[in-house]
Formats: sequence, structure tokens, C-alpha cells
Amino acid sequence: MDKNFAARRRRDLIIAAVLAALAASAPLFVKDVYVQNILVLTLMYAALSQSWNILSGYCGQISLGHALYFGIGAYTTELLYTKFGVLPWFGMLAGGGIAAIIAMGLGYPFFRLRGHYFVIATIVIAEIGLLLFQNWEWAGAAMGITIPVRGDSWLKFQFMRSKLPYFYFALGLCCLAWFVTWWLEDSKWGFWWRAVKDNPEAAESLGVVVFNSKMGAAAVSAFLVAIGGAFYAQFLAYIDPESVMGFQFSLLMALPAVLGGIGTLWGPVLGAAILIPMTELTRSYIGGSGRGVDLIVYGALIVAISLALPQGLVSLFSRSKAKGATR
Amino acid sequence: MGLLYGLIAVGLALIFGLMDVVNFAHGEFLMIAMYVSFFLFTFFAIDPLLSAPLVAAALFVLGAVVYLLVVRFAMRAKANAGMVQIFSTFGLAIVMRGLAQFFFTPDYRSIPQSWLGGKTVSIAGIFLPEPQLVGALVSIAAFAGLYFFINRTDFGRALEATREDPGAVALVGIDKNRVFALGWGLGAALVGLAGAIMAVFFYIYPDVGASFALIAYVTVALGGFGSVFGAFAGGIVVGLVEAVTALMLPPSLKSVGIYAVYLLVVFIRPRGLFGSM
Repeated sequence: MDKNFAARRRRDLIIAAVLAALAASAPLFVKDVYVQNILVLTLMYAALSQSWNILSGYCGQISLGHALYFGIGAYTTELLYTKFGVLPWFGMLAGGGIAAIIAMGLGYPFFRLRGHYFVIATIVIAEIGLLLFQNWEWAGAAMGITIPVRGDSWLKFQFMRSKLPYFYFALGLCCLAWFVTWWLEDSKWGFWWRAVKDNPEAAESLGVVVFNSKMGAAAVSAFLVAIGGAFYAQFLAYIDPESVMGFQFSLLMALPAVLGGIGTLWGPVLGAAILIPMTELTRSYIGGSGRGVDLIVYGALIVAISLALPQGLVSLFSRSKAKGATR
Repeated sequence: MGLLYGLIAVGLALIFGLMDVVNFAHGEFLMIAMYVSFFLFTFFAIDPLLSAPLVAAALFVLGAVVYLLVVRFAMRAKANAGMVQIFSTFGLAIVMRGLAQFFFTPDYRSIPQSWLGGKTVSIAGIFLPEPQLVGALVSIAAFAGLYFFINRTDFGRALEATREDPGAVALVGIDKNRVFALGWGLGAALVGLAGAIMAVFFYIYPDVGASFALIAYVTVALGGFGSVFGAFAGGIVVGLVEAVTALMLPPSLKSVGIYAVYLLVVFIRPRGLFGSM
């Protein structure tokens, strides 16, 4: 068993390296800006979903309020940049740090809540954040912030002429999120989280520090999501509360993981690879009429998959092997 | 307003109390109810006040159908049960919103002239808008009816029993699915009632449910999941808090007060005001 586990982990790492290399070479073949845009978004949501999965999938604390951390990452970066001239790279880290601190601060009261109470508390807190930012004059209130164009450079993390640098950054972020998940999966934390998810009382009695392990998961998860938010803000060059903190982000982060397989290493990647291009394509091909057909298709798919494959698409691959196992 | 929140929330609480499922499409039920009421008014000139029972009946059917088509299967999931329920009802909400957009277009609609619209009534020197007043009365009546229904009728007892122990109930010959389907229908019918009244004084558009849904979840959680009485009390609290915040903060921040009170309550009592611990 132990040997199998180690072998599987090595195999996962190799597959990931191959996929990353393939993805990195994708721009050689894909010249179409529209398609490149979809690739960037897909990678970004894969990264976000992977980060969300750490807290909600592995640790079992279902959060539908991660848009808050996404927005904090975006706003910290842009406020520091436009008001104080701090380079986005530092702003990004600051945003991540702030998000992680807020996540832990919220964890204190929130982690006492169970089940639906926790889910609703996360939605509520993100909604409060959204409303506050919409009314915060200094941060541009509902109008948002337009990021000034200061030319193409890696230093200022801004590119007007090409989407490729964004693509590589998103790929890097995706790899980072994957690697962090991969690494944590086999760490003490990873095992604690799964124990907490399955049965908190039993875990507690066996010496797992339930509260601290939830806090750890929340911090890592929020940090990575905030980096994603900072990236998205630079990518769009314009932010307003609704476009970086809206509830749809909380959902869009959760869905790939749910679709692909929650609490699994590959679930979020697989889910994002299918869901995001599909969302974008349905939106542009049948959503253009403004009559909501894309919503119908999209929603029906979510219902169908969550009913038919409660463990996500990943379970299709490992059904024979993982029979009876909880992972 | 608080009583209407209560009425919306009671439907949600009933469904939750019945089988531990949170219906994330609850706001969309409300939206559909408002549309039904709107079309009954536009095409048949039936005043929303009269059409309320019809709307409730229509929503009853919708609720039961949703249970039989979707929720029944969601409850069978062995793995990730909570997730499956959340996302299947959520997906359903998105479908319903899409359908509303498809058939009714995203335009804002309102019911221009109803018996109640825009009128106010003066009680002891306080001017109250009539629609809200009637809404409050209907809510109280509906709540009383529900209370009677659950506590005094055979079906109500079957509902309670199924909730206590679905396994044992099967032994005495009660069909669990039937009871649950009726429970969903009933929950939806209550929202239907609320929707019919609200159609008089709110704009009707495909996303209208979303703004009320979150308040409904907060209301239910505030009262304590599973407690129908709690949901009603929660609704009153929410209505009062909203009124008070509206006085102190700019209108765009009025829901912040509701959310803040919710957080405060669950931190002190993680099971809500009337939830069983």
C-alpha cells in the first residue's frame, strides 16, 4: 500500500510535468487571441479551484465566499499600485498575506459553525465585503479602479500587446497551486485535513488539532486565491467590486473542483479544463442572444453531473482501483 | 416586510427541517411565483391578491416536481452528499434563471394597477403602505394555517414522523417519497404566496430571486435550521433590523445590518435562535 502510494505520487508528478510542458508549448500552435484568452481563464480558474479545494475539498469546510479573498487580492494590488505606486508583484504578495490573515481571523468564529451554517456564513461575509467595497469612496466605490497603462513590462506586470505573458503567469500559478496541493496531500496536514473532513470528533480524539488544521487550510487557500485575484485585476486592467468580488467567483472557483472531483488532486484541473472553455463557448455562441440559453445548458450540466457523478469526473478514471476507498 | 421574509423563509425551513436539504433554488421559486402572478394579471386581469392561491397551487406543483425530478436523486448520493445537494439545487437555480430569461426576456416588469398598489392606510396616525400591510396579514394567516396543518392533520403528523425516522415510517406504510414531495410542494406554495404579494410592489425580472434568497437563508439560519417557528421569528427580526439599518446607513448598505446580526447570532448560538442544539 505504502509503495503504491509513493509510486502514484511520483506518477502524478510526472504527469503534471508533462502536462505543464505541453501547456507551455500551446502558444506555439494557438495564435488566435480569443482562444488564448480562454486558455488564460482556464488556467486561472484551475489554479483558483485548486486553492479552493484545499479548504473545501480536503478539509471539508465548504466555502462559497472565496470571492472575498479574490477581491482582496485584486484590490490590495491595485490600491497599492494606483495610490502608492507599489509594484504589482509586491502588491500581490501583500494581498495574499492580507487575505490569509483575514481568512484566519474569520476562522476563529467560523470554524465553530457546522454544515449549512458555515456555508451561509461564508456567503454572507463575502457579500458584506462586496457591499463595503461598493460604498468605499477611497477605493473607487461602485465605479472601481482603472489601472493606468504604463507600458509593457514584466516589472510592472502589464502587457498590452500580447496575452502570452499573462498566459505564462497563469500557467505558473496553476502549477504552483497544483504543486502545493500535491505536496500538502502527503504531509501531516493533508492527513489531518482528511481526518477532519471525515469525522472531526474522531480526529480530535486521535490527537489531530482540528481547529489549527482548519486554520492552516484556510490561510493557504486564501493566499493562493488572492494571488489569483491580483492576477485577474492586472489582466483586466480594470476592477470594480462586482467584477472581482461578485458571488459568481465563489461559484466559479467551486464548480471545477465539484465537477472534476472534490478533494482530489486532479479534480480541479480536469474540471476547469472542461468547464471554463465550455462556459466561454456557450456564452459566445449561444449566449449572444441574451436569452439565457447558455445558462440553461450550463445549469442543466451542473445538475446532471452532480447527480450522476457525485465524486466528480476523476472517479471515472479511478473507479476500478479506488473501489470502497474513501479518497 | 419582516413578515414576508418570514413567509419566504418558512418554506425553506420546512424543506430543511423535513430532510436536511437546503434548497438553493428557493429564490428562483420566488421569482417564478412573481412571474406567474404577473402573467395572471396581464392576461386575465386577475388581481395579485386574488391570484395568490392560484400562484401557491402552481408553485406547489413545481415544488413537488422538483423534488421528484432532482432532489430525490440528490438524496441518494452516498459520497459528498452535502455537495451534491448544494450543487444540484444550485444548478437548478441557474437553469430556472436561464429559462426565465429565455421566455420572459431580462426586462423589468411590474404590475401597474392593482387594488393595493401605491395606496396607504393610516392606523393610529402611522401611514402604512397597503400592499405591505396585506402581505403581513397574509403571512400571519399562512403561518397560522401551516401551524395548524402540521400539528393537527394526518398529513402533518406523517410529515413530522417521516422527519423523525424515515425508516420506521416506511414500516407503517407511509411512502417517504410522497410525503417529501408534498413537503416540497408545501414549502414552494408558501413562497408562491409571498411571491404573489411581492409582485405588487417589486420589479419582476429573472434575477430577482437571488437578492431575496440570501436573506431567506440568513433568516432561516437565524431562526435555526429545521425550526419553522424560528424561521418566522427570524423573518421578523430581519425585517426590524433592515428597517433600523435603513435609518442609520445609506440605502445601499441596508443588508449589511442583516448580515451582521446573522453573524452575531450564530457566533453566540451556533445553531440559531430556536434551533435544537
